Amino acid sequence: MSEMPEAAVSQPTRLTGAEILWATLLGEGVREVFGYPGGAILPVYDALRKYPIRHILVRHEQSAAHMADGYARASGKVGVAIATSGPGATNLVTGIATAMLDSVPIVCITGQISSKLLGTDAFQEVDITGITLPITKHNYVVTRAQDIAKAVREAFLIARSGRPGPVLVDITKDAQQGMADFDFNAAEPSPHRPHPMLSAEHEAISEALKLILSAKRPIILAGHGILESNAMDQIRTLAERLQIPVASTLLGIGAFPASHDLSLGMMGMHGEAWVNQAIQQSDLLIACGMRFDDRVTGVLTSYAPNAKKIHIEIDPAEINKNVKVDVALIGDLREILETLLPQIAPRRDSTWIRAVNALKGDAAVRDIRNLPDLGHLYAAHVIHDLWRATDGKAIVVTDVGQHQMWEAQYYKHESPRTLITSGGLGTMGFALPAAIGAKFACPDKEVWVIAGDGGFQMTAAELSTVVQEHLNINIAVINNGFLGMVRQWQEFIYERNYSCSPILSPDFVKLGEAHGISGTTVRTRAEVLPAVDAARRSGGAFLINFLVEKEDAVYPMIAPGAALDEMIRRPSKAHNPLLETSEEP
Amino acid sequence: MLHTFVALVEDKPGVLTRVASLFRRLNINIISLTVGHSESPEVSRMTIVAEAPPGSGHRIKASLFKLENVLDIDDIGQLSCVTRELALIKVAATPQTRAPIFQLAEVFRARVVDLAPESIMLEITGVASKIEGLIQVLGEGDNLILEVSRTGRMVMRRGQHTSRVLDAMRVPSPEDEPIIPVTAEAGGDAGLELISGDPNHPL
Repeated sequence: MSEMPEAAVSQPTRLTGAEILWATLLGEGVREVFGYPGGAILPVYDALRKYPIRHILVRHEQSAAHMADGYARASGKVGVAIATSGPGATNLVTGIATAMLDSVPIVCITGQISSKLLGTDAFQEVDITGITLPITKHNYVVTRAQDIAKAVREAFLIARSGRPGPVLVDITKDAQQGMADFDFNAAEPSPHRPHPMLSAEHEAISEALKLILSAKRPIILAGHGILESNAMDQIRTLAERLQIPVASTLLGIGAFPASHDLSLGMMGMHGEAWVNQAIQQSDLLIACGMRFDDRVTGVLTSYAPNAKKIHIEIDPAEINKNVKVDVALIGDLREILETLLPQIAPRRDSTWIRAVNALKGDAAVRDIRNLPDLGHLYAAHVIHDLWRATDGKAIVVTDVGQHQMWEAQYYKHESPRTLITSGGLGTMGFALPAAIGAKFACPDKEVWVIAGDGGFQMTAAELSTVVQEHLNINIAVINNGFLGMVRQWQEFIYERNYSCSPILSPDFVKLGEAHGISGTTVRTRAEVLPAVDAARRSGGAFLINFLVEKEDAVYPMIAPGAALDEMIRRPSKAHNPLLETSEEP
Repeated sequence: MLHTFVALVEDKPGVLTRVASLFRRLNINIISLTVGHSESPEVSRMTIVAEAPPGSGHRIKASLFKLENVLDIDDIGQLSCVTRELALIKVAATPQTRAPIFQLAEVFRARVVDLAPESIMLEITGVASKIEGLIQVLGEGDNLILEVSRTGRMVMRRGQHTSRVLDAMRVPSPEDEPIIPVTAEAGGDAGLELISGDPNHPL
């Protein structure tokens, strides 16, 4: 907020509602917004020229919300999307729900028909606050110019405070056109109401300490909350001080360095078998900023049966929702860890670490990354090579499906906010627009899209946004001719009835060329690194169409309804000529 | 089991929808929801009674508190409180058949609030079981019940507790505040409330 230009805050000035909106956004530190104009938001677009805010014209409003989301995830700041009323507003819905499920702070501004016409089914009228009520932290209808600044400032506060999330502000056209006094400082929201359920009480802290200090086989479950609370250092200190291995959720990837000795990698449905086995054998789970999603726990009745559970979480509604915990510490993760850490002395006992390492067994030889390609192109190899080529330092934005899980398994993230992915909602089409948002947040960073051939086609229209905005984004399409994860489930659970999962795609390289984006198709592993190098050297957007093995599956996998340690492993040699090593366990 | 929550909410358009929508989202059926003004201007008070699994009270309370317009939540649980509901009951009655209805009304401390040639309207206040008792005995005779309108339950905790000092985090315990002993002399309805809570009592 200190970034507010002096002139805009100094004195109350008489402005239109549209001008008030921009001045307020500017005051909140906004420099880029992602949007699409239309009738009911035209006064706002007309006033834009007076304010130093860059507007990125999207090709579909869903992408505007995803861009705001990608911007927020990459920067830690609030992302902003703008759309008109009616279809413009409803197109935002998928993007808003995506941000809601992953606790991402975005503010969506929608135009609305004039307040006098509300409820008359006027042209492009839709009850967007009603529609988005269950998928926003909060939303507003603003019908008067004088209420805009306060509503928008409250929206920013709500979006970024506590457990972050999306907020929508619906502004009627007459409110945009009306005149009001604007005073940025006077519109400051009153301090957020204290949350009576937010408190890590003394007894709970000492109970947690007792469990932590007496545990023989503890594991830290590292979630997205670590990034939101900026508690990376504290988690690392806790892990190192007591030699506690760290397993990550999908959204927690990057919260703890993947190369660290104590890093186990991802847990859950497609986590490594030994990570899940370690969780099942542990005697204490320290769950940090995660919500025991069903993709993480497997069937609940047999989840970590011998473990006490400490849940450190900012949202009291998550406590005991899925997994009953022994101690709940409710509040900001970093603050709670800073309370705990001084009371924890270093310990050097590597018995448990050695036991966890022993669980790895033949995992490494089963790992496709370590297998020869024998002329095939495997997505895991592509992602592994991409990780090496980019030195693990790129911001990788994935879509949803098999490639997303391979990314989580094979791209080793060392730092926070370098993996951007739709975890909770699992929104196909997320990658390209979210990557555009991430590139605006981090213009100096290398940004890679990894998308499947299905999801990429959902929002491929944003290729022209990439070009119009002169963005240097590299795109890896993992193209297997199937909706791969659907096909994999059909293979495992529906007797290989590949109902509606084969998908035809255009020639993605030509599609890129039609937009003015260069690219190349890769068919063998030998071509992977040269293509990645070409993309990195191109100095502009670049698309690589990786034609990978059509019927590969993500292993290991916990079938729905199975326990965490009942995993489907990569089939043995008899079923897979690739695998030259061990047998089924 | 039944859960009872008292919510203090901002008196603004759409707040009722947000609260009701939350219960829908959690797939929890609302048994009754009453809303009206509270002791503070711009603050409405809701009493929500919902059928939900035992142990779900914490999550419902925490989820309600996530709504921006909700100022405070009290999970009444088993705490000592006064519960009241008001009902209007219209019964078909001619001048010849009124007398037994008057008698029932007197036993239940219901008031006659309208008298028409073909009907009587009774007003009754009390706990749900008392109201249901009256409706039941009215229906057992030859009476024809024409209309019933019930407000749903309102709840207020007994004693020193006020909503302004409500500490939603505190684990409710009976020692929290002095409980005013309830006797038959304490007030008209209070006595009947105790009696009607007795499963062996005819009412």
